[in-house]
Amino acid sequence: MLPIEYYLWFAAALFAIGVAGVLLRRNVIIVFMSIELMLNAVNVTFIAFSRQMNNIDGQIFVFFVMTLAAAEVAVGLAIIVAMYRNKKSINVQDMNLLKW
Amino acid sequence: MESFVFYIFAFMVVAGGWVVIYSNNLIYSAFSLLFTFVGLAGLYGLLMADFIAATQILIYAGGVLILLLFGIMLTARKTSIEITQSNLPRLPGAIISSLIFLLLMVVIFSEPNWNSATNPGVKETVPVIGKLLMTKYLIPFELASILLLAALIGSVFIARREDS
Amino acid sequence: MLWDLGSVLMFMVTSLVIIGITLLIAKLFRRDNPTEEKLTSYECGEDPVGNPWVQFNIRFYVVALIFLIFEVEIVFLYPWATVFKEMGFFTFVEMMIFVGILLVGYAYVWVKGDLNWVLPKPKYTADFDYSNVPRFKKPDAEKARKLQAVE
Repeated sequence: MLPIEYYLWFAAALFAIGVAGVLLRRNVIIVFMSIELMLNAVNVTFIAFSRQMNNIDGQIFVFFVMTLAAAEVAVGLAIIVAMYRNKKSINVQDMNLLKW
Repeated sequence: MESFVFYIFAFMVVAGGWVVIYSNNLIYSAFSLLFTFVGLAGLYGLLMADFIAATQILIYAGGVLILLLFGIMLTARKTSIEITQSNLPRLPGAIISSLIFLLLMVVIFSEPNWNSATNPGVKETVPVIGKLLMTKYLIPFELASILLLAALIGSVFIARREDS
Repeated sequence: MLWDLGSVLMFMVTSLVIIGITLLIAKLFRRDNPTEEKLTSYECGEDPVGNPWVQFNIRFYVVALIFLIFEVEIVFLYPWATVFKEMGFFTFVEMMIFVGILLVGYAYVWVKGDLNWVLPKPKYTADFDYSNVPRFKKPDAEKARKLQAVE
């Protein structure tokens, strides 16, 4: 049985990678994937503490986070596709208008 | 043995995440995301959350990733190989993300007493999750269906061609 | 319980090892003599032309999206199914509310025609009027006579 610190370090590393992806990349889809990485890092912490506390509620939280992520990806990619149709670009810096 | 499996899965996840943010090719990013998701499912299994591990594979590797690939194919330009732009402020972003990492590490290390006593974990997770979903988390459960409904209708509405 | 998941892990590792051994043996025993002709992607005998990255139809995306949403619904059904028997009728009503709300979305995409696959209309069918197509016009009598005179 591994101590919980291992999972916390690991989640911190994954979260930092996600932050770096959001800040460094200019492609919307990569930014999207990085957001998924951050969500997953938080999920790992939830599950680790769920085992630590011997409490199943954390797993239900993770379950809802996954549902939310699925809905978010559906809507977000639809927006990206619609923006690509209008502006022919998926660069974040080209998306500077609230209304087209 | 357990730590060996942990290191393998953790390496898989972190390396996959690194390729996601580092690769210049969108398709490489998407497929390395697959390794990340599968490795995370392995870690969930290691943490005795079998239902969550299966859900991770189903929703993330089977659904979200496919949708991302469709998004890439729909937005792929004919001529383009995706190129990182040179005008992005690389240094501040790297500094901010490593600062966040350091902050998290400081928080983790400053609490020496994580109650690392061996905990057997919960057996039989699925019926417990089902029971909790039906009683304690009933309202979020029904709200999730409304969220999914809104996401479905909204994204279909946005993605549909205007001219049809 | 970790032991059960360990058997899953061993299953995955074994399958990977078997695939690796098979590929390795094939690599050891086959002849390796690539030419430029062999290395082109197979296109049923045609020379491959152009970029493989074509713009996909948006309808593929819409179908994948509907799939994702209903897959999440299926995952919600699973823990419910394990406790349904002991918790009785009330949970059945709860799940029917859940499914019913999502069926509204299904009805929406059905009514709006997002599930219909719009086929391109075939141009030349049996009742097509061929008389306007130049290729199929009756030979012009006047022109033919002129041509004959020239010859």
